[in-house]
Amino acid sequence: MRRALEEIRIEHLTKSFDGFVAVNDVSLTIKPGELYSFLGPSGCGKTTLLRMIAGFETPLTGRILLGNQDITQLPPYKRQVNTIFQNYSLFPHMTVYENVAFALRIRKLPNPEIDARVREMLQLVKMEDQAAKYPNTISGGQKQRVAIARALINKPKVLLLDEPLAALDLKLRQHMLIELMNIHDAVGITFIYVTHDQSEAMSISDRVAVMNQGNIIQSGPPDDIYERPASIFSAYFIGDTNLIPAEVTSIEEDYVDLKCQAGGQDSFEIDSTFNIKPEVGQKLTVSLRPEKIAVSRTKPTELDDINVIKGVIEDILYLGTHTQYIVKVGNLKFRVFDQHKRVYFDEAALDWEEPVWLFWHDTDSWLIDEVTPAGLDVGEINVFERPIQMSRGGKRIPRSE
Amino acid sequence: MKPGSLYRRLNLSAFTLVMIFLYIPILILIIFSFNNSKIVAGWKGFTLKYYLLLFQNEQIKLAFQHTVMIALTSTLVSTILGVLAALGLENKRFKGRKVLRALVYVPLIMPDILMGVSLALLFNFLRVGTGMLTVFIAHVTFCLSYTVIVIQSRLEGFDYSLVEAAMDLGAKPWLIFWKVKFPLMVPGIVAAALLAFTLSIDDFIITFFTSGRGFDTLPIYVEGAIRRGTITTINALSTLMVGFTLLLVITTKRIRKLLLN
Repeated sequence: MRRALEEIRIEHLTKSFDGFVAVNDVSLTIKPGELYSFLGPSGCGKTTLLRMIAGFETPLTGRILLGNQDITQLPPYKRQVNTIFQNYSLFPHMTVYENVAFALRIRKLPNPEIDARVREMLQLVKMEDQAAKYPNTISGGQKQRVAIARALINKPKVLLLDEPLAALDLKLRQHMLIELMNIHDAVGITFIYVTHDQSEAMSISDRVAVMNQGNIIQSGPPDDIYERPASIFSAYFIGDTNLIPAEVTSIEEDYVDLKCQAGGQDSFEIDSTFNIKPEVGQKLTVSLRPEKIAVSRTKPTELDDINVIKGVIEDILYLGTHTQYIVKVGNLKFRVFDQHKRVYFDEAALDWEEPVWLFWHDTDSWLIDEVTPAGLDVGEINVFERPIQMSRGGKRIPRSE
Repeated sequence: MKPGSLYRRLNLSAFTLVMIFLYIPILILIIFSFNNSKIVAGWKGFTLKYYLLLFQNEQIKLAFQHTVMIALTSTLVSTILGVLAALGLENKRFKGRKVLRALVYVPLIMPDILMGVSLALLFNFLRVGTGMLTVFIAHVTFCLSYTVIVIQSRLEGFDYSLVEAAMDLGAKPWLIFWKVKFPLMVPGIVAAALLAFTLSIDDFIITFFTSGRGFDTLPIYVEGAIRRGTITTINALSTLMVGFTLLLVITTKRIRKLLLN
């Protein structure tokens, strides 16, 4: 069922509802056959963006192109785009079979052809034996499969998925995620996936656009966004991170010296490689992923390109695959993930209130060209329970689950 | 005695009382419709003669025909109008919908006698001769409020994302209505029609004021007959109506089951 694929170009798209700007001058290009995610907290505009591509909302300005065709003003029923809705929206008065057949019945295709294609679709989603059932008699996961079959039967050029797994429990979600990837591989069309769940977006997407307050903050492959966040928001929203307020003290040939305030008179110095070009005296934020930090009661001997600071263990959380330490350095609290490979470092397990060394490679002190916002001040920014995220605009954004 | 059991007994006795008050009169009515006596006092032996008399009574036959005719036509018209009104009231672009909705609901709380008198005055003012037409108009008028409410309550729970899903799958607005929206409205429409039918068939007060002389429906005839003192055929007639109502309830349940899978 592979066919000529077309890219989607979104140009300067803006949409507002009663003065509230939901999508603010967004431009992006989605490559043919790509699995592209819009990721962001609720209210960030990701669903509105998706609904404009589906045709349920008309943008205020800007346009949407599918290949060379401008589809901005086309009604939904004329677009070669199909949607999987968050609550599946299966027709309750039709059987699974009739739900899947709906799009073909609308087009008045001959019955034998409808039958063949419905069977093929039900097979793709492994629902052949449930064809005669009604939606209210099948499980959530099965409804999801029917929704996929129903959306794909019309051979759309693009499949839109609006938080498709939000209603499923964890195990099923993980399972359906893999299933969705398999289906994407099987049909080969472009998928646009909307989610607030960063792990979902990370694992399924070719590329991710991180959205906040109607803007795309950063887009790129998941590992790129994770390893090289361009803003505090993307560093904070994707994965866990320690945000350290820092000031550039000197610039060397291949590294930068930074002074980090740890509350009161306390401060410590770290180094970073250049991922941006800062100036001496510039205030910025260092993002340091918890798993990049090593923790040990013995000071490391090899010190080249390594940052070493001293702290005290405040809390230990055993999490199965790893242990999370909360280590206090001055007023700052660092989160450190330690995989259970004790052979490398300490023989005996670390204990509460124990003085420890934290160390990590220079390249892992990732520089973000933003002053740490006031809400994420020294002593608060690294706390274990993440506070409500502060965005640049100073508006509160609820952290999503 | 266990602490819970007193409560249970009281509960049960209250229930029994309610059942007695509800059903004993009907039971008496049914039993005495087979009683071989002109008055409702003492059992004088089993007979079917009042049922025979019932079927030989031309006035009753005519009243029955009138009732069914009025019930069917007013049900049909008030249901169709109800569907259209509910759809119109649902449309958010329709500015006056809140006021209109309130106006539709008012007849529900208005006493029947008020409605009957006001309609009678209106017909008199317009010089419309009372008879079948006026009864029909009156029945449509009071049934409409009920049909609109029943159909609308069904529409309120309607999941609009289904419309979007249908649109997404290529259906134009007209097809979306017939393939998705209307089928999901059907249970509400059937419920509304059955309600209108039962309301029409046993209405007395409004019919009384709008029928005038010469056009009797069953309730009007029954009232007149009781006034004249012929209670026995009325017992038989009432028994048949009880049976008919039961039949209606059962079929309604069946239809509902069928419609809701």
